[in-house]
Amino acid sequence: MRVELEGVHARHPAAVATAAAALRGITLSAQPGEALAVVGPSGAGKTTLLQLLACALPPQRGELRVDGQQPWALSRRVLQRLRGQLCLVPQVPPLPPRQRVVTSVLAGRLPAMSLAQSIASLFYPADIPAAHEALARLDLADKLFERVDRLSGGERQRVALARALVSPARLWLLDEPISALDPTRAQQALQVTLDEARKHGATVVASLHQVELALQHFPRIVGLREGVLAFDLPRAELTPARLARLYAQHEHELQGSETAAEPAAAPPAPAPAVMHCR
Amino acid sequence: MDAALPHPALRDPAWRGRVVLMLTVAVLLWPLFVATEFKPWTLLAPESLRVSAGFLASFFPPAHGGDFLLLVARETWRTVAIATAGIVLALFVAVPMALLVTRTLSVSALSGRMARGPFWLRQGVRWLLVLLRSVPELVWALVFVRVVGLGATPGVLAIALTYGGMLGKVYAEILESGEAAPTTALLRNGSSRLQAFCYGLLPQNAAELTSYTVYRWECAIRSSVVLGFVGAGGLGQQMDNSVKMFAGGEVATMLIVFIALVALADRVSAGLRRALA
Repeated sequence: MRVELEGVHARHPAAVATAAAALRGITLSAQPGEALAVVGPSGAGKTTLLQLLACALPPQRGELRVDGQQPWALSRRVLQRLRGQLCLVPQVPPLPPRQRVVTSVLAGRLPAMSLAQSIASLFYPADIPAAHEALARLDLADKLFERVDRLSGGERQRVALARALVSPARLWLLDEPISALDPTRAQQALQVTLDEARKHGATVVASLHQVELALQHFPRIVGLREGVLAFDLPRAELTPARLARLYAQHEHELQGSETAAEPAAAPPAPAPAVMHCR
Repeated sequence: MDAALPHPALRDPAWRGRVVLMLTVAVLLWPLFVATEFKPWTLLAPESLRVSAGFLASFFPPAHGGDFLLLVARETWRTVAIATAGIVLALFVAVPMALLVTRTLSVSALSGRMARGPFWLRQGVRWLLVLLRSVPELVWALVFVRVVGLGATPGVLAIALTYGGMLGKVYAEILESGEAAPTTALLRNGSSRLQAFCYGLLPQNAAELTSYTVYRWECAIRSSVVLGFVGAGGLGQQMDNSVKMFAGGEVATMLIVFIALVALADRVSAGLRRALA
């Protein structure tokens, strides 16, 4: 799926009217099948950018095009159908605690299912093999019939990723998808997700705190700082100096990400506290 | 004369207003007492004391004839049936309306403010629910006894309407009170409202919804006995008949059965709710 942003300003709907817009003048496009990582210090507007692309937040100014059409000009019904073709994975996995993992994963299929099918699937899960395979790829096959509230934070995050893997979406928007995983698991989860996206021909836009991982796995890196696009470069052209400038005055976040990329023996770096207004 | 009055600064300035208020209340209440024939002392008049004592004395022994006990058993069962059928019908009213009202299931509210059409639809259904529950079931029962005649049907309909409004409003409140993120995420990824309800809201709130429904069922059993007094069938109607015939023994038996029934419903409902928690 192709997405384009042109000179977009955006603000969180709950923000006070006088607050500065979370994003200012963003111009960015992603081609079908492309994978790009969004990096930047906390509060740079990464989550807002993903919500914009997910048609969850209308731009205040500028233009958003998804596959050539402007989603906010569409009727609500058509827009909802378009939303069925994209998949936003929030940083905090949105899973009801009493649900079983298999149901949570298969919820990613809902846009492609009729109401009757989805109700039948509550009584007997519609496609257990698909859910099992997605979970197996993320090393969670044994949790298939567990309840979500029996899982650890990292396991929940991987269940949310598995939901994207089974979804019919062609645009995956991942908000810090590996923030709760240990370094080895993070590597593996990213690799699996990107492989699967390639197999589906899905476009991936992921915001990441671990810059090292972004450089390892994504061919294209977008830097955001204070709501403005700092750079949009192929990974080969990204110099440490540019990264240092992106994280100026937020060096600990850049440092923290480097320790996180060290071998598994090291304890997982404390995740920087990110305030997400939801 | 004037010397006897204290200095104006020492008089309570609120005093005059207080006296006026009390006189007004008395003047307003007097016609009400007259209109309602409020004469509590007649309760203690020797004549009424004699009648009450006679009636209470006739409570013992409670009636225990085989035929009568069979009748009481049948009517007790009918009372439970009225309550259960009423609640089931109420669900047909409450569930669709609660789904219509719940804000969390709004697609247009995903991107900030809810659109005007859906907003007024939600508001309209909410008012309808308030209207349904603000008319007491006793009034509905009186209306339906006129329309469909004596028997269980008016009781069932009365409970269905009042409890439909009550359940619908409380369901919507329960659904809105929980964590909205799972439902919002499903809606944002293109699910329909009902799908988002089944996969997001329901697993989160199912226990609370069921527990409240069971509690209301228990309330319906109690209220269906009262409904019987206006002719809506069940134990209440029999009790009303026996009271009018001054058959104290029968009244006593039915009161005992009624207390046992309410206690049993209370135990069952508490047990079910504990199992669900």
